[in-house]
Amino acid sequence: METVKKVCQGDIRAASRLIRDIEDKISSAHAKIKKLFAHTGKSYIIGITGAPGAGKSTLTDALIAEVRKKNKTIGVLAVDPTSPFSGGAILGDRIRMQRHAEDEGVFIRSLATRGALGGLSQAVGEAIHVLEAMGKDIILIETVGIGQQEIDIINHAHSVIVVLVPGMGDEVQTMKAGIMEIADVFVINKADRSGAKQLHTELTSMLNCAPAAPDSWRPPIVMVGNVYKPPAFAEKIAELEQKIEEHHAYLQTSGKLVERIYRKAMVEINDALKAAILEPVMNRLRESGEMQAITERVKNREADPHSIAEEIAKRFLK
Amino acid sequence: MPERKIRVMVAKPGLDGHDRGARVLARCFRDAGFEVIYTGCHQTAEQIAAAAIQEDVDLVGLSCLSGAHRALFPRVVELLREKDAADITVIGGGIIPEQDFPALYDAGIKAIFTPGASLDSIVEWIKTNIKPRA
Amino acid sequence: MYFSKETKDVSLRLTKKWEDEVQKTIKDNPDQKARFSTVSDLEINRLYTPNDIKDNNFAEDISVPGEYPYLRGNQVTGYRGRYWTFRMFSGMGSAQDTNQRWHLLLKQGQTGLSTAFDYPTLMGYDSDSPKALGEVGKCGVAIDTLEDFLALMDGIPIDKVTTSMTINPPATILWAMYCAAAEIKGVPLNKIGGTIQNDMLKEFIAQKTFMCPPEASVKLISDTIEFGTKYVPRWNTISISGYHIREAGSTAVQELAFTIRDGIEYVDDVVRRKGLNVDDIAPRLSFFFNSHIDFFEEICKMRAARRMWAKIMKERFGAKNPRSWWLRFHTQTAGCSLTAPQPYNNVVRTTIEALAAVLGGTQSLHTNSLDEVLCLPSEHAVEIALRTQQILAEETGVANTIDPLGGSYFIESLTNKMEEEAWEYIHKIDEMGGMIAAIEKGFPQMEIAESAYRFQRQLDAGEKIMVGVNKYATDAKHTIPLVDIDEKVGEEQIKRLKDVHRRRDNRAAAQNLHDIKNACKKGENVMPHCIAAVKNLVTLQEICDVYREVYGEYRDPGLY
Repeated sequence: METVKKVCQGDIRAASRLIRDIEDKISSAHAKIKKLFAHTGKSYIIGITGAPGAGKSTLTDALIAEVRKKNKTIGVLAVDPTSPFSGGAILGDRIRMQRHAEDEGVFIRSLATRGALGGLSQAVGEAIHVLEAMGKDIILIETVGIGQQEIDIINHAHSVIVVLVPGMGDEVQTMKAGIMEIADVFVINKADRSGAKQLHTELTSMLNCAPAAPDSWRPPIVMVGNVYKPPAFAEKIAELEQKIEEHHAYLQTSGKLVERIYRKAMVEINDALKAAILEPVMNRLRESGEMQAITERVKNREADPHSIAEEIAKRFLK
Repeated sequence: MPERKIRVMVAKPGLDGHDRGARVLARCFRDAGFEVIYTGCHQTAEQIAAAAIQEDVDLVGLSCLSGAHRALFPRVVELLREKDAADITVIGGGIIPEQDFPALYDAGIKAIFTPGASLDSIVEWIKTNIKPRA
Repeated sequence: MYFSKETKDVSLRLTKKWEDEVQKTIKDNPDQKARFSTVSDLEINRLYTPNDIKDNNFAEDISVPGEYPYLRGNQVTGYRGRYWTFRMFSGMGSAQDTNQRWHLLLKQGQTGLSTAFDYPTLMGYDSDSPKALGEVGKCGVAIDTLEDFLALMDGIPIDKVTTSMTINPPATILWAMYCAAAEIKGVPLNKIGGTIQNDMLKEFIAQKTFMCPPEASVKLISDTIEFGTKYVPRWNTISISGYHIREAGSTAVQELAFTIRDGIEYVDDVVRRKGLNVDDIAPRLSFFFNSHIDFFEEICKMRAARRMWAKIMKERFGAKNPRSWWLRFHTQTAGCSLTAPQPYNNVVRTTIEALAAVLGGTQSLHTNSLDEVLCLPSEHAVEIALRTQQILAEETGVANTIDPLGGSYFIESLTNKMEEEAWEYIHKIDEMGGMIAAIEKGFPQMEIAESAYRFQRQLDAGEKIMVGVNKYATDAKHTIPLVDIDEKVGEEQIKRLKDVHRRRDNRAAAQNLHDIKNACKKGENVMPHCIAAVKNLVTLQEICDVYREVYGEYRDPGLY
């Protein structure tokens, strides 16, 4: 298949068009992804998450530069929210990374959530495959940063960076909401602002409280200062990149990387099963009008959802 | 079920920073249901073309108020053609005297909007002329 | 206090009666709109009465010209001693082309010069930079080296005419060129006068002509303020500008608030960084406002600005010298109010806007040419624009008396209201930690983007009108002759630049650049080093590259 071959050769146009087809749910994309799959699984995937305004895009931009210094290629997927009112979106992350536009070793693609919850877009998983097939050494995924339920990233990334900034007030709240558990590396960004030290202390004591096996990974905290103090900022970005590499090494030696890849495979199978089994069934029920009828019955307490599901399963799963 | 969305890039080539129009348009396009990528100010034609391809947009809207449109608008079209992306439509806007229109149309700019063009007329143009890819 | 109890009571009674009449009348003859507001969407009452300004204290809030809080003007004699400066912003093509236009304007009675530079110059690039493609000489004059600058100033009496230069990131360098030109012409630095715009905060907020990050940018500005205070005392080293904030789509109140808050930020920095006394630097600060199409709103904005700045200098900074309390400002009519269709209507718009600026008490004025929405102004269009000012000054009698609208219930009330709303913004920005912090958060940028979008939506909905655009539009073509900058200008400029590189003493140039870099790193004042460098024909970009290297480059954060 022409597209697949081109993507594997790193053709930007073919890759970006394929990602578009995945987003738009064009049926031909499936076949292409199937073909691509054999060429995936070799990239290291980093997730970056944190509240809006935490500076995720600026950090991503700086990490791109850092990775490029080492002559590694990188693909970036930056997710922004779709407006629930118009279905449109302003995808604004790219602006901060636009200086890399002409660098052939960097591929940046903005994605809109298109209604997906969890801080990512439905297309992310397969878009990652496209970038992997292109042969990118590193793939960086930037989440939306709106809610506190942004933990889907853990299903896609090997290392997750959680970005916090002092003075946002809701930091501890965020940590409690589960973001804490998914962090492999913490960044306290804009660390020149007041409150940074306090945030560091709070975070440290929280990490101290967390139950930990003796050889487990303790997420390091990197304090990144003002982006407009160039030498100091660059130093911290190098440190951040170093910590990510250390985490990568830890995953490899501890065997945890295999666990994460296994988990990722499970999630992908789960998604694929949904797409292959559940969605066609749902479509059929909708098209035949049965969906409306059974919903009516459940509403009127004439049947319970489980019995209905079992009945449908009997019919479809032979 | 396929749900083709129109993807648009709003770009500011050249050195002028008058981004009022570009930013208003970005919001307006979002409200019209498009996915919008805005490049920010001070972009070279090369940066714009590269980004348009990576983002796989249907349309690039160029905004320039410095008078450099004569050199920069055609350059964007040329670069897209070189990169096998001639199917990406390019339109322009800003302080552009009518006497420059013919040369820009000849160079492949599909439409030009100057101060006074209503947002609705621009959205309308896009909806009429940009058919989501099959 | 301002009105007797009797007056207030009578006013209340009569107003009540009038309101009843209004209610009766609009039953049969309804108003044309449900809501009446300024172009900035500030709601306006049908009528204003003494009760709207009953809380004003005449001595403290209004007073007389030349007295605190300067609501009515700085000058005790108003425009009787001297009109405002007729200062037309111009620049195009090569230095020679602009020099010719200047001589023409001076012959026609212009009283001050004002320079527009092209985009490469404004952004700190030489004409041969790849970034300059298609831009050289287009939006203003191209200046790469001192030789270009000397050609620009050829035959201009530098000791008599004051020159304003609209230059921001590379302001240190262009000003260094002016100082060097003065020395070459044998005019001492304490005899030259003029203004450099040199206001970077509004660039981050609105116009986006930026180079280095905010803090470093403000440091360079403080260098110029310090150097000017010590050696070039007749120079306005900064023109704190609301013009561009407004053009970016802000409301009048936002223009007022952000501009004044920018001013506070600069004074704070120079006092802290340079250890200068506020009274030494304050008299050299100048401001620059937009005069938009909503006549009364503009007049009130300018009056409120004077009163606010006086309070800030006196109360916030403890300035003792009354000259420090003055807010002196230049005004330009609103480019964004002009329309490309039916361009001759622009003459009318500009006239109204210029009148507002005069009634608001401006010290200096640029009137836009009717074709500026299409291209650089033609000679004929500039002449009409200049004549507009001369007609206002010499024929209409509006300059006969000071602040003629002062005391109007409406004007005083609207002035108060705009001031109040502006204070709210200022307090909010104070709470954020100042303007640089607010800019880093994107606060003023987002507020402006919001206003710009709202106005465009109101235009599209027909709630706001632009004649010839969304009402009374016709298909008729009003062709006007347009100015065209030849692409050859760029080629010739590059040739001249190459020639300079060949001729100059490259070792001396390298030493100059080294000195500038050292000064940047040590936090010393760069001005003396810049003057030395431009004399050795170090180029604009060479110096800016040093700034970019040491301070880093600011890139558009793209907030909307």
